Amino acid sequence: MSQSVAITAFRLPNWAKLPVIIGGLIVLFWTAVVLTINFWPIDDPIEMVAKRLMPPSAAHWFGTDALGRDVLSRTLHGARLSLLMSCAVIAAAVGIGCTLGAIAGYVGGFVDGIIMRLVDITLAFPPILLAMAITASLGPGLENAAIAMIVVWWPVYARLMRGQVLTVKVREHVEAAIAGGAGHSRTLLTHILPLTWSPILVNATMDFGQVVLLAASLSFIGLGASPPTPEWGSMISEGAIHFYKWWICAGPGIAILSVVLGFNFIGDGLRDYLDPRSR
Amino acid sequence: MSTAPLIEVIDLTIQLNTAVGMLEAVRGVNFSVADGKTLGVVGESGCGKSITMLAIMGLLPPDVVISGSIKLRGVELVGMSQRQLAGLRGKRMAMIFQDPMTSLNPVMTVCEQIIEAISIHDRQASQNAKRVRALDLLQLVAIPYPERRLKQYPHELSGGMRQRVMIAIAMANDPELLIADEPTTALDVTVQAQIIELLQRLQRERKMGLMLISHDLGVVAGIADEVAIMYAGRVCEKGPVETVFDRPHHPYTFGLLESLPKIDRTEDQLVAIPGSLPTLSMRPSGCRFHPRCNFAQAICAEADPALETVQDPLTPGVVAACHFAETALYTDQGAGS
Repeated sequence: MSQSVAITAFRLPNWAKLPVIIGGLIVLFWTAVVLTINFWPIDDPIEMVAKRLMPPSAAHWFGTDALGRDVLSRTLHGARLSLLMSCAVIAAAVGIGCTLGAIAGYVGGFVDGIIMRLVDITLAFPPILLAMAITASLGPGLENAAIAMIVVWWPVYARLMRGQVLTVKVREHVEAAIAGGAGHSRTLLTHILPLTWSPILVNATMDFGQVVLLAASLSFIGLGASPPTPEWGSMISEGAIHFYKWWICAGPGIAILSVVLGFNFIGDGLRDYLDPRSR
Repeated sequence: MSTAPLIEVIDLTIQLNTAVGMLEAVRGVNFSVADGKTLGVVGESGCGKSITMLAIMGLLPPDVVISGSIKLRGVELVGMSQRQLAGLRGKRMAMIFQDPMTSLNPVMTVCEQIIEAISIHDRQASQNAKRVRALDLLQLVAIPYPERRLKQYPHELSGGMRQRVMIAIAMANDPELLIADEPTTALDVTVQAQIIELLQRLQRERKMGLMLISHDLGVVAGIADEVAIMYAGRVCEKGPVETVFDRPHHPYTFGLLESLPKIDRTEDQLVAIPGSLPTLSMRPSGCRFHPRCNFAQAICAEADPALETVQDPLTPGVVAACHFAETALYTDQGAGS
C-alpha cells in the first residue's frame, strides 16, 4: 500500500512527455539568454576579438567569423532580437487576426465576406514571397520585416478564430444566454470567446518557431537586420560566403533549429493537453 | 394594463425563408396564458411547438417572416427591436431549454452564470448582493448543498442538478412568463418528476404564467390547466386539459391518447397513428391530418377546417379544427373507445 503510494507520487503528470520536457528546457534556456545576456562573461558581439575565420577553440567555442567576431557571442546576442521580434509579431498577428476573425464569425454575412476574402487573398500568396515583397517595398529593416510578417500571419488566426466562433455560437448555451437577455458584446465576450482560445494558443506556440525562421529568412536575403547587428539570418548569410568555414553558420543554424524545434515540441504537448480527443 | 392577459398569441403565422422558397412552419396559431396558469403545448417533433416559443421570445433569425400578433400584457412583441426584446428576455419572460447538458456555459461556475443572468438586467446590484441572490435562487430550486454547488462547473453536476441550475437562472429576474421547452426530455424518469414538481411549485409561489412544451402527455395532464395540441403547424385542439384528454374531439388528439401504453390493457402491440408528419414543403391540401386520419372523408382533402368551438355540452371551452369534431369520435360507432 505504502509502496504503491510512493511509486505514484514520483510519476510525472500525463503531459510531461520527453519532447515536451526537451522543448521546455530549450525555450527556458533561450528565455534566460534573452533576459540575462548582458551579464554573461562573453565577448562583445560587434568588436573584433580575434583573428578572422578562426575554427572553434577553447577561447572561441564557435570560432570567429570573417571580421574576427566571436560567433558564440553573436549567436547568443542574436537571440534577443529574434525572439523579441517573434513575440511582437505573434502578439500582433494573434490580436489582429482573432479580433477580425471573431467579428467575421459572429456577425456573418457581408462583414464576414469582406474579412474572409481579405484573408483568402493574403493566404493565396506563399508567405515568404509576400513577406519579401512587402519588406522590399517598405525598405529593408527590422521594423518593416516585422510589419510584413504581421501582414502575412494575421489571416491564419482570423480563419482559425472564425471557425471557432462559428462552432461555438450555435451551441445551446449561447442561445440560452441570448434567451436570458444577453446583448451582442456580452454573448460574444463571455459566452463564445472563452471557449475558443485553445487551438489559438497551440497555433501561436507552434508559429513562434516559424516566425523566427521567416525572420531569419528575410535577414538572410538582406531584407531584415542590417550589419553589424547580430541576427541569425544575416549571420548565416555572411557565413554562406565562406562555405567551408562551417562554424560561422553552425552557431546561428543550431540556434534557429533549437528554437523552432523547442516551440514545436511545446505546441505538440499543448495540443495533446488541451484537445480532449487526443487524450 | 394588468387586465390584459399575460401573453396573447393571435393568428401567428411563421414563414421560413429557405432555398426552396417560403415555407410555412406555423399558421394561424391562437392561444393565451393568464397569470398563474399553465398552458401545455403538445405535438410531435416538427409540428411547430418550439418555433412558436422561439417567436414569443423573439429568438428567430431575422429572415423568418412572422405575421400575426404576440402581446405581452398588451404590448406587441412582433416587430419590436432586438434591443427592446433583449430587455424583456430573461427579465419578464424566461426560457428553459431541453438539454441541460449543453445549455450551461461549460467554462463558468454556477455562481458566475447566475450572477451573469442577474447582472444583465440589474446593473446596480453589488457583487455581494448578487452572490446572496444566487444562493437564494439555488435554495429556491431545492439544490442540496447550494454553497458548494455555487463554486462548481456544469460538468461536475448531474443532469437533474443542471436543469435545476437552468431553472434558477431563468428565475433570476423573477419573470412573469416562463417557457419550458421540453424541460424533462433529456432526464431520467424520477428526475423528470422532480423537475415537473419544482416547476409547478415555482409557478404557484410566484404566480407566473407557465408554458410547457412537451410530447409527454402524462406530464402535461399532471401540470397544465389548458392544453393546445399542435399538428403540422396548426393548433388542432385546445381546451381545459382534463376535458380534452377525457373526451378528445380531434382525431389526432384521439390518436395520441390511444397510442399511450395503458396499465389496464393487455394488447401486445401499442396503437400507433399510421404515417408520419408531412414535411414543410409537402403539406397536404385541406385538413393537414387527413392522409393519416381514420375518419377522413372527401371534404377533408379540400377544405382546411377552422378552429371552432366544439358543440358538445360535455366539453365546454374546447375548440377543435376538424370538419367532424362533433361526430367523428362519438356518434360514429367505429370510433372505438
